[in-house]
Amino acid sequence: MKISTELSDRKMKHRLFKDKIFTYVMMSLAFLSSVPLFLILYQLVIKGYRQLNINFFFEVAPDTMEAMIAIANNEIIPGGIANGIVGTLIIVGMASIIAIPLGIICGIYLSENSEGRFPGIVRFIVDMLQGVPSIVLGVIGYIWIVKPVTGGFSALAGSVALSIMMLPSIVRSTEETLKMIPGTLKEAALSLGVPYHKTILKVILPTGISGILTGVILGISRIAGETAPLMLTALGSTAINTNITEPSSAVPLLVWEFYNDPNLVNMIWSASLILLLLILCLNLTAKAIAKKWKVQY
Amino acid sequence: MESTILMKEKELTKQTYKDSSMIQSPIENIASPVLKIDDLSVSYGGDKYAINNVSAGIAKNKITAIMGPSGCGKSTLLRAINRMHELYPNTHNKGAVYLGDENIYKINPIQLRRKIGMVFQRPNPFPTMSIYDNVIAGFNLNGIRLKRSEKDEIVEKSLREVGLWEEVKDSLHNKGTFLSGGQQQRLCIARALAYTPDIILLDEPTSALDPIATAKIEDLLVKLKKDFTIVLVTHNMSQAARISDYSMFMYLGDLVEYGKTKQMFTMPKDKRTEEYLTGKFG
Repeated sequence: MKISTELSDRKMKHRLFKDKIFTYVMMSLAFLSSVPLFLILYQLVIKGYRQLNINFFFEVAPDTMEAMIAIANNEIIPGGIANGIVGTLIIVGMASIIAIPLGIICGIYLSENSEGRFPGIVRFIVDMLQGVPSIVLGVIGYIWIVKPVTGGFSALAGSVALSIMMLPSIVRSTEETLKMIPGTLKEAALSLGVPYHKTILKVILPTGISGILTGVILGISRIAGETAPLMLTALGSTAINTNITEPSSAVPLLVWEFYNDPNLVNMIWSASLILLLLILCLNLTAKAIAKKWKVQY
Repeated sequence: MESTILMKEKELTKQTYKDSSMIQSPIENIASPVLKIDDLSVSYGGDKYAINNVSAGIAKNKITAIMGPSGCGKSTLLRAINRMHELYPNTHNKGAVYLGDENIYKINPIQLRRKIGMVFQRPNPFPTMSIYDNVIAGFNLNGIRLKRSEKDEIVEKSLREVGLWEEVKDSLHNKGTFLSGGQQQRLCIARALAYTPDIILLDEPTSALDPIATAKIEDLLVKLKKDFTIVLVTHNMSQAARISDYSMFMYLGDLVEYGKTKQMFTMPKDKRTEEYLTGKFG
């Protein structure tokens, strides 16, 4: 029996129509998922731009009285988020100092030892770590650092909590990047009599640097906006604090504080805007590095 | 899995060649060899050996070709000479390889590999380095400090030796990965030469290249043998016939026949060699 594969005109039209519908549905859903970011940015800019001036970056957060008086006089709220910016830079910076070397070395180890019991366990634990709720990491920071080490809330405790948080993404991105590098490069170096450690540090790492840096920056951008762990560790501070054993503020903590004070509510938008822009910048940098420093092999 | 196939094949051939008494590796006596392989067996784990009891001397300033079908152990033999096979876990060896009077398995592989350079199947210049830095990489990566003028001299000499100097002298500081495949492979040879090793091992250096690039590399190897001893793995018989002075034929881990290339190609002693050379299997 011969089966006809011809389609009638009507059926053909119907099919083409369905194809079109499907394409448009996909397009509009894709569009829909990019809408929230623009809505957020729009909201933050519209509500926050009035607070943005040079003082916003160089003055500490106002207290509730100052804000109340300003609002009563129909002026913008004085002060800024300098204590938060400095605190975020210090806390995130220290967290990076702790997590980046540890994460990269762990990632190298895992990529060099893809099989075996111990690497398997390490890989499993790193994956589990990724799923630990951030508030739990805050509790850990409290128990490890706040109570025994600094004897009170401190920037250091915040850094430790955040460093644990960024560790998994650095480990996994390093591992994945290095696994992509052809083994022949390692052989080339070893065949020149180059010791193993130099082969890794001077040949393999530089070859994978763009992927590793991308992972690191995405890790930083992930912790820069974290609030929950800092509530239990860094606590917050009304003054600019550069002592890592003292409580410190951070931009996301300030947003939370502004939210809790009816007089400071207007500051939420501008502070959030700055935080969001910071994180967007980090993400764009990561993309730029991935593109620019990509090694062709 | 490969090894089980290998074992099965091996049993088959043992049956086929039951009457043949030439399972043992014949050894060609080479006067004052620079490298002596002495009853070497290499296993990648367990009791299965990728090469069995291979004995051979490598002649100085000659090209020795190792031929054989896939999986015959020719790459393993080559890699056992500079101990690159040890990169795989669980390898173990029996027997010895002597470079001069020293057993290479008794010296540090790092030092050994500085005396025995290697070129691989696929060109593998360091992608983060310029052409210049690739050539000098053996020195830079090993922390050997040289004056700028010494470096320039080594780079120019090595690139001239591989016939790449004229092609790249104006772009020495561009990345090596922008060169064509054949140029990259010659760059890799230059990188190995720069270190002035005693022996250069080449693992199918032309199998990823087009015929013109292949011809260039072959000419180059013939030219290089006055300064270096060359051991070449190839599955291309005509290449072995064209450029090598001595040939080894390996089959299922055994060194079946070893001798002057001309003699082996005109009058092979072993039936398996003959069958391989006439294309009955391979």
